[in-house]
Amino acid sequence: MSDELTPEENLPSTSGMPAQQPVFASKAGMWSRGSGDTSGYGGLQRELTMPGQSEPPFDEPADAIHSRALEVLPEELGGARVLFDRGELTIYVPREHLTAVAKTFRDDPHLRFEVCVSVSGVHYPQEKGEELHSVYHLLSYTHNRRVRLEVSCPDEDPHIPSIVATYPMADYHERETWDMFGIVFDGHPSLTRILMPDDWKGHPQRKDYPLGGVDVEYKGAHVPAPDNRRTYS
Amino acid sequence: MTHATTEDFYAGSSDEEFDAVYLAQGGDWADIVADQAERGDETIVVNMGPQHPSTHGVLRLVLEMDGETVLSIRPGIGFLHTGIEKNMEFKTWTQGVTYVTRMDYVAPIFNEAVYCLAVERLLGITDDIPERATIIRVLMMELNRIASHLVAMGTGGMEIGALTVMTIAFREREMILDFFEAISGLRMNNAFIRPGGVANDLPEDGISHLRTVVDWLKKHLPEYATFCNENPIFIGRQSNVGVMDLTQTMMMGMSGPPLRATGYPWDLRKTQPYCGYETYDFDVVTWDSDDSYGRFRIRLQECWESLKIVEQCIERLEATQGQPVMVADQKIAWPAQLSVGADGQGNSNEHIKHIMGESMEALIHHFKIVTEGFKVPVGQVYQAIESPKGELACHVVSDGGTRPYRVHFRDPGFNHLQAIPMMCEGGMMSDVVVALASLDPVLGGVDR
Repeated sequence: MSDELTPEENLPSTSGMPAQQPVFASKAGMWSRGSGDTSGYGGLQRELTMPGQSEPPFDEPADAIHSRALEVLPEELGGARVLFDRGELTIYVPREHLTAVAKTFRDDPHLRFEVCVSVSGVHYPQEKGEELHSVYHLLSYTHNRRVRLEVSCPDEDPHIPSIVATYPMADYHERETWDMFGIVFDGHPSLTRILMPDDWKGHPQRKDYPLGGVDVEYKGAHVPAPDNRRTYS
Repeated sequence: MTHATTEDFYAGSSDEEFDAVYLAQGGDWADIVADQAERGDETIVVNMGPQHPSTHGVLRLVLEMDGETVLSIRPGIGFLHTGIEKNMEFKTWTQGVTYVTRMDYVAPIFNEAVYCLAVERLLGITDDIPERATIIRVLMMELNRIASHLVAMGTGGMEIGALTVMTIAFREREMILDFFEAISGLRMNNAFIRPGGVANDLPEDGISHLRTVVDWLKKHLPEYATFCNENPIFIGRQSNVGVMDLTQTMMMGMSGPPLRATGYPWDLRKTQPYCGYETYDFDVVTWDSDDSYGRFRIRLQECWESLKIVEQCIERLEATQGQPVMVADQKIAWPAQLSVGADGQGNSNEHIKHIMGESMEALIHHFKIVTEGFKVPVGQVYQAIESPKGELACHVVSDGGTRPYRVHFRDPGFNHLQAIPMMCEGGMMSDVVVALASLDPVLGGVDR
C-alpha cells in the first residue's frame, strides 16, 4: 500500500496534549502486598494516567462555558488545561488566579455560577510539585449547568487562596479540606478543624496517613488489618 | 449556695481561665438564674449538645445568650465522624455501598443511589442499567423520601411539643421499613443498590405488599395535615422562624425544602434528571413563606408527590416482570441474586448449587468478583441527586483499580448547618430548635 503508516503515525494523535501527563499510578502484576503474586502475571507493568487535555468542541453547555471563560479571563485561563470527560468539564486553574476566576464565574452573566456546591481535596503523591488538589464544583441555577475547577499546590507549600469571600457556602467545605488534607486556604475567616478533634495531629485523608486498625486472630487464623491486606488494585 | 465557680472542670489544660462557670445539674435552674442576675453578667454561654435530644444526633451548638435572646450561635460537628470516605479507599467498589448507606441513616437508599450512579458513570455503563433495576431504584428512593420526611416532620413536631405527630410518623415509617425489610432483608443500612443494578428482584408478593403500604399511607397521610396545617400553636411556633429568603439561601448554597420554601422550584429530579425521572409525572412543591412552616408544608406535600411516583412504579414493575435487575456484563454484575431468607438476607440456593456442584468456572468467577472486584477506568465524576434534604452528591476519583481512589460526599446537611447562625442569631433560644429541625440535618451524613 502506498499510504502505509509508520508506527508513530499509527498511534493516536497526541497534538494538543500537554508534554507529559503525570503518571497517576504505577501497577505491577495482579496484586500487591500480602502474599506473593502467584497469578502468573507478576511481570505485568501498567502505568495509568489521568485523561489528559481535550480540545473543543465539547458538548453545547461545556463549549459555552469554556469559550466564555476564555473570553472574559484570557490572561488567567489562557494556558490552562481543560478536560472534557464523561460529559463533565474540568478547568485546571492556576492557584494564583483562583480568586479572580471564582469571582468572574459567579458574576459574569453568561457564566453565573451562583453556588459552589462542593469542595473536595484529593491527594496525588505521585504528581511531584502538585500533590494536593482542591476540586470545586460550581452550579449555575440560571443556566442549569455545572463546571469543575481544579486547583493544585505542592506538598511543601500547601497554600490555595480561599474563595469564601466569593462563595460564602464554601466555608465548611474548605475547613473540611484543610482538616482532611492540610491544604491552607489563605484568607479563610477561621480555618479550623471541623470533623477531627481540635488537637488532632495530621491530616487523615492524605494517602501517606495510615488507615489504622489491628490484626485479628481467630481460631489460629490470622487476618491482617484492612490496609495491610492483599490488594488487587 | 452559689452555682458560679471560676474553676471549669471541662476546660483543657491550656485553656485560659475566663469569667464564671455555671454547673447545671438539673432542677437548679432558678438558682442559676438568680446567681447570674446577682453577678450582673451580661451574657451567658450555653453549650447545647452534643447529647441533647433535639439536635438530631450528636450536634453541638454553642450559644451566647442575653437572657433568652441568642446573640451568637456556632455549630460544632464531627462527633459522628467515622472516616467512611477513608475506609472506602480500602474496599472494593461494591463493598463501598455498605459504607455509604450508613452515612445519612434516615435516607440510606439515596446514599447508595448517588454512589452507584457515580460509579456507573465512571464505568460508562449508565445506559446499560436494566430498566427494571432503575424502576426499583426509583421506587425505593421515593419510599425512602417519604420515610425521611416523616422523621423530619415527626421529630420536628416532637421538639415543639406535638408528640402525637412523632408517634404517628414513626408508625407510618415502620410500614415503609417493613417493606424495605421484605425486599432487601434490612430495615435500614440496606446496601441494596449496587453498582450495575440492585441486589435482588422483588419477592413474589412484593407488589401486593407494596399496595398495602400505599393504601396505608393514603389513609394516614391526611392526618398530618389535620393535626398541623391549621393548628394555631403549630403555626405560631413555626412561622417566621428560621427565615431564609431566596438571596440568603443562594448565598449559603442551600437546596431541598429550604430552597423551595422561598418559592424557587429547584428540584434536581426535574432540572437535571437521573434514573429516568423525566418520564414520571409529578410536581415540584414550593411554598413562599421562607420559614420553618413552609419547609414543613413542602415535606408533607412531597410525600404525596412521592406516592404518585410510587404508583407509577407499580405499573412499570408489573409491565417488566421477570426482566433482569443487574447489568448484563458478568465482569461487573454481582454473580448471584441474593434472596431474602427467613433470617434476613441470604444466598440463593440455586446459585450455591451451581457453583458448588456444577461448574468450576462459575465458582472461579464468583470467587474472583467477590474477592477482587472489578476495575474502573481512570477518571473522576461528580454525581448529584435530590435527596429528601437537598442536593446529595458524590465526587469519585478512580485510579483504574478495584478500589476507589477518593470518594467525597457532599451531604446537604453539612452544607445547611453553616446557615444556622444566620437563621438563629437575634431570635429566641426556643426557636433554635425549630430552625434546626426545619433543616433536617442527619449527623451521620454531616460527619461521615
